[in-house]
Amino acid sequence: MGDILAMLFNTTVFAAAFRMATPLIFAALGGILSERSGVVNIALEGMMLIGSFTAMLVTYLTGMPWVGVLGAMAAGGLIGLIHAVFCVRYRANQVVTGTAINIFAGGLTVFLLRHFFQVAGTSPAVTVIPDITLPILSKIPWIDRILGRQNPLVYLALVAVAVVHVVIYRTTWGLRLRAVGEHPQAADTVGVNVFRMRYIAVVLSGALAGLGGTYLSIAHLSRFSEGMTAGRGFIALAAVIFGKWTPLGALGACLFFGYGDALQMRLQDIGIPTQFMNMLPYVLTMVALAGFIGRAVGPKAAGEPYIKG
Amino acid sequence: MAKVLEMRGITKQFPRVLANDHVYFDLEHGEIHALVGENGSGKSTLMSILYGLYQKDAGEIIVRGQHVEITEPRRAIDLRIGMVFQHFMLVEPLTVAENIVLGSEIRKGPFLDYKKMIAEVRRLSEEYGLQIDPEAKIADLSVGLQQRVEILKALYRGAEILILDEPTAVLTPQEVDDLIQVLRNLKAKGTSIVFITHKIKEVLAVSDRVSVLRRGRKIGTKLTSDTNEQELAEMMVGRVVLLQVEKGSAQPGPEVLRLEGVSVKDQFGQVKVNNVNLSVRSGEVLGIAGVEGNGQSELVEAIAGLRRVSGGKIYLSGQDITGWSPLRIRRAGFGFVPEDRHRRGLVLDYSVADNLILGIHGSKPFVTSAGLRNQGKIGEYAEELIAEYDVRPPVANQAVRNLSGGNQQKVVVAREFAQNPDLLICSQPTRGVDVGAIEFIHKQVIAQRDRGAAVLLVSAELDEVLSLSDRVAVMYNGEIVSVMPIEEATEHKLGFLMLGGRLEDYQAGEVSGSAGQS
Repeated sequence: MGDILAMLFNTTVFAAAFRMATPLIFAALGGILSERSGVVNIALEGMMLIGSFTAMLVTYLTGMPWVGVLGAMAAGGLIGLIHAVFCVRYRANQVVTGTAINIFAGGLTVFLLRHFFQVAGTSPAVTVIPDITLPILSKIPWIDRILGRQNPLVYLALVAVAVVHVVIYRTTWGLRLRAVGEHPQAADTVGVNVFRMRYIAVVLSGALAGLGGTYLSIAHLSRFSEGMTAGRGFIALAAVIFGKWTPLGALGACLFFGYGDALQMRLQDIGIPTQFMNMLPYVLTMVALAGFIGRAVGPKAAGEPYIKG
Repeated sequence: MAKVLEMRGITKQFPRVLANDHVYFDLEHGEIHALVGENGSGKSTLMSILYGLYQKDAGEIIVRGQHVEITEPRRAIDLRIGMVFQHFMLVEPLTVAENIVLGSEIRKGPFLDYKKMIAEVRRLSEEYGLQIDPEAKIADLSVGLQQRVEILKALYRGAEILILDEPTAVLTPQEVDDLIQVLRNLKAKGTSIVFITHKIKEVLAVSDRVSVLRRGRKIGTKLTSDTNEQELAEMMVGRVVLLQVEKGSAQPGPEVLRLEGVSVKDQFGQVKVNNVNLSVRSGEVLGIAGVEGNGQSELVEAIAGLRRVSGGKIYLSGQDITGWSPLRIRRAGFGFVPEDRHRRGLVLDYSVADNLILGIHGSKPFVTSAGLRNQGKIGEYAEELIAEYDVRPPVANQAVRNLSGGNQQKVVVAREFAQNPDLLICSQPTRGVDVGAIEFIHKQVIAQRDRGAAVLLVSAELDEVLSLSDRVAVMYNGEIVSVMPIEEATEHKLGFLMLGGRLEDYQAGEVSGSAGQS
């Protein structure tokens, strides 16, 4: 019993939790921006996958992983733009469009992997973003063993949470974002351009999801492998709902899921099957949603195309 | 007085209707100009054109002497025109201040300046006497307060011309009084107001001038002081309208509905109806007067079987129906016109015909012996009721959603009345319904009474209660505080009781009041 407790509160597990949560955090922030604007983004998974692939490819070509990061964000943003054109301009069903993008992303990355590298399954190894030691955090006892030395993307994810929080709740743009996702007509009648808000939000959403994918291929691992996001986009989506469409709530949910992920590697040692642990985020989400009925209410206009006049 | 606005020859063609046909409308500085007409007469269209939501096909708009083209709301806002919509344009999870500034935010760089925003909203609300907490969430406010936020929104944008589209449709009588006071304040401060409505009483209470539209055409403009209820009603409808219901005296028969100590709780366990005893006899109309929210809705839903009673018994024609299912109660001879026709009364996307057979759709002759719908019989039945109840347009297979409020209500009334129930409950039967339809529905209610139905009428409109009822009960805070024959009921007395006054005090007040006068 003491062993299990020690494992549950192990700093190594906590440190791993932050690493596992990082791609989820970026994608969840993207999901929040998109849904807050009124566009359901079920395509996070595909956007992450394309981000993973692009990060690897650009890093392979340039040798510079940070350029890979930018490439991944651009690629994710581009997919976001496609999603936006279909959902905002052509008023396509947002879930169907998102699903199509996910399927498309799976096929495209496999195709490109074979096209560029003549391999199936896994790309060659590329340079990774190295871990760094943060001067202040590494001086604080206990904390230092969790956050003292981590990948820069881990820190960036935490900063991104704060930034998105401030943007949504403290800026003019954020106020308009919340308005167009709830009552687009109200925003329109006071002169807010609903379409432009939605385009920008969905493109940013794609860029953030792409950034999340980056972590998998050039930080966590040093290569891209087919389907490597393995449902993380959907877990991020669950985190968005779990966190009630707020950045801080989603951060909590992502850390929780990341912790489950980190724990799972340890629990295998004591004979709990991996598959069971893999189910955990989904089971938790369902339980949480059932328990929070009426409280986990998303933006009212999410999923509905806006038709002027 | 100077004209701040002139609309000349405004014409707007919608796919099937000519919504505005060469309409002239003008507004003087600091006046309240009522724009009235039945549903679908083109009032809202005219004002939507002014606010830039629709584009006119012909005509010109002159604001403060300048010819203008208003292509979008932004342009109207720049011209200091504000509009308060019937369906509020408020973002519910946001605060009052956030809603007011949205689109024209007070900022520090990219950031919202919350301090200044809140201060500005406070200043505005004090200047115009519109008390509101700037930091409250919209979702937590009553409808009346939400409307206040809409008005502040327009004022914040500097509106000097304020359009209110059916502002009283969603308000309780008390809130209407508050609104009228607010409009008078605004007028005193030099705001020019267009007040769209179809309720003539309000026109007479608040406006300086009144313009009447009918089927897209301007019928006339009058000084309010030169006109009266009857004349306006006739201008609106285009024929002589009976504002007073013609009815003979009631011939009450045996008791049909009996409530014994009925109590009802809401979903939070709050007692909404407390120990109500009531009896309605065949051939009489019992009206329940009361400020909305005093338990009338819960009481009526309990009788209809839509809500569980927490205590007491309900008898219909001598049978104990407490706890029965709604369908079983209906089959026992019960008809129900619910207060919210959209939520409870109709399936908006179903056709008129299907709505007319709801509840009896499973019985003969609407179902063939093979268990399939008998389209022929359904159609015949619908045509009959449409003719009898004057549903317009008389098309059985169109979706109810496309009808005007008055005609939607006629569909509900037709369905319920056609079954000739022993007990008929009419809850707000003429809410959001225009003058012509009100007259029709009132006649039908009296016809049901004369046929021998026991009618329980719940209405927030005192006029309606007074003109239809044979006996009046007043409901306050979940209790029936008084039941009196119609001869003893006056508007003043009911109003006093509705607000929680006691009958003894009222009678005492009457006595001393008249003593003081003499």
